[in-house]
Amino acid sequence: MAVTAGRPTRGALLPSQLSAITSTRTGSLAIFIVRRILWMAPILFFVILITFTLMHLAPGSPWDKAGGRQLSDTVINNLNIRYGLNKPVTQQFVLYLWSVIHFDFGLSYQYQNKTVSGLLLESWPYTATIGVLAFLLIIPVGVGLGVLAALRQNTRIDYITMGFATVAASFPNFVIGALMVVVFGVLSYRATGGNFFLPTAGFALDDHLIMPVLTLALLPIAYTARLTRASTLEAIRQDFVRTAWAKGLPERLVVTRHVLKNSLIPVVTTLGPTFAFLVTGSVIVETVFSIPGIGRAFVVAIESRDYPMILGTTVLFSLVIAVANLVVDVAYVFIDPRVRLT
Amino acid sequence: MAQTLLQVEDLHTQFFTRRGVVRAVDGVSLHIDAGETLGVVGESGCGKTMTALSVLRLVPDPGRITSGRILFRGRDVTKMTDDEIRDFRGNDVAMIFQDPMTSLNPVTKIGSQIEEAMTAHKRFSPQEAGVRGIQLLKRVRVPAAERRVSDYPHQFSGGMRQRAMIAMGLANEPSLLIADEPTTALDVTVQAQIIDLLKQLNRELGTAMMLITHNMALVASLCERVVVMYAGRVVEEGPVERIFKSPQHPYTWSLLRSVPRVDELRKDRLVSIKGLPPDLSNAPPGCKFHPRCPFVIDRCKREEPELAEVAPNQVARCWVLMRNVPEEAAEVTKQVVISEEAAKKLQEIPGAGS
Repeated sequence: MAVTAGRPTRGALLPSQLSAITSTRTGSLAIFIVRRILWMAPILFFVILITFTLMHLAPGSPWDKAGGRQLSDTVINNLNIRYGLNKPVTQQFVLYLWSVIHFDFGLSYQYQNKTVSGLLLESWPYTATIGVLAFLLIIPVGVGLGVLAALRQNTRIDYITMGFATVAASFPNFVIGALMVVVFGVLSYRATGGNFFLPTAGFALDDHLIMPVLTLALLPIAYTARLTRASTLEAIRQDFVRTAWAKGLPERLVVTRHVLKNSLIPVVTTLGPTFAFLVTGSVIVETVFSIPGIGRAFVVAIESRDYPMILGTTVLFSLVIAVANLVVDVAYVFIDPRVRLT
Repeated sequence: MAQTLLQVEDLHTQFFTRRGVVRAVDGVSLHIDAGETLGVVGESGCGKTMTALSVLRLVPDPGRITSGRILFRGRDVTKMTDDEIRDFRGNDVAMIFQDPMTSLNPVTKIGSQIEEAMTAHKRFSPQEAGVRGIQLLKRVRVPAAERRVSDYPHQFSGGMRQRAMIAMGLANEPSLLIADEPTTALDVTVQAQIIDLLKQLNRELGTAMMLITHNMALVASLCERVVVMYAGRVVEEGPVERIFKSPQHPYTWSLLRSVPRVDELRKDRLVSIKGLPPDLSNAPPGCKFHPRCPFVIDRCKREEPELAEVAPNQVARCWVLMRNVPEEAAEVTKQVVISEEAAKKLQEIPGAGS
């Protein structure tokens, strides 16, 4: 309550009913959330604007057939008319925005009579499964390793953990993915004379998930572990931790209530970017492991200049990232009482 | 004669750094009786805080207690098991730290932080601890205590936070409260309030207090006995009135002369102590204070004096100023050749002759 008490000016600008709402922490949180949701509109507008511009600046057209037989000019002309590509680009942009406002993302150019929304609906469960599993792996493993390394600072455990984290953080995920395919697929195939240690492609709710999830999660795990270690080491040296020891608290409580409660705050704030990394990482992982998710669809759409599909995927990606960041910011309010909702 | 509560004997606490061994506490002996208030004074970095942290075995890495005994009611703290020391901390001896801004956990409610001090020792149930938490805040005069237990530290002012720290320290009714520079981080008016509060609590609860400070005014108003430390050693000890009226060690003089006083017109100027305390990893030979001492004689550079009685209940560690010393020490003193220069300076110091 006292957090908002020092800001009478904002309440003064609002109607009286609203200022009653802003005077409580819950009320100002609600306003904070609403404001952040409204902010998503301009963010999405610029995402669409930039994507649209880049897309049309890129050479090539949706009707180029790489290596194959080129379509005749008449057919291309008819296709352009059908998909509205004969209109000026600015008009196309306005029309696209208008349909997006009505949740219509248009028809895909690659597949006859399939809507972008339909294609995205088909492919999102694959991406979500791998992303969520990776996320669920990152938090306990990354935080766990980081805390372990910090509590055992300058011991072998610390060196091994941080050595692993440094190596893992230096490999891009397409390298990790390819390496895993080579080791667990190709090499094990040769060594055992015809058996894959792990399946190298495709999607199923079994060991098919192991390599894609690991590929996606390894880098964020390393990053989270390093960050957790650093912030935990900082927290351990704080005066209030000494106070906790001086009170006679057992080590378990000193670590959980005083060290971790503080040291995990910065870790939580990075979960938003981590989530964004998972979304963009899916593009690579799904390509390496041939998984029919949104990331794969995005790559295929770019290759074939499937304009509505590119835009639809980008909008979805940015929406997911914006929501993830909002969730993190709201969570931040609950874990750190010092945060002011301004 | 009051019962001895804490007896520190020949305590050595050293830090093992890359640059060498830092002797932060170098053979300190002191005692505190039940209900007594002891002031430990000295400049920054002279081992006061490390002595206190040693008592709770909270010396930070890479330091550790290398030798000596710390007897609390006859039990040696240095030999306690982990469980015993955990129960000892906050229960028998509580500690208040210098900076209330950083000594409270910023993401935990004040009330919870006080309560956990109680529940950790199982002397109070969580319900009792909740009630007692409010009582304690009232006792240290935090207004609207019922409401403020659910505030976070950032909603408290500096003085209020230090009150909360004191409430936390008193939570288990410890027999000894160690206050490490409890007023240094506060502004002057708040300092006075905290001093009054500590005084009152000592009187009402009979809690013995070890007050670590470089603030001589604080010592004068709160303490019965004073230990003066320099470079990890006790250089003088005695009842507060003796230390203020007739300090025997040159360092104690210098400390007192560097404090401005409003209650008397002084002719002599406020004097600062020249130089810096020695590097404790490479302390000078002989008396540790000799490089800065205005009365230094040759012997000071070679041999370090022992603590010797200079007056009833007053001991000091100095070659030059030992009078009324016991016989064996007197023998030693006779051998001291006081340089003319030092002798001249001695005459100039009021109260030093006699």
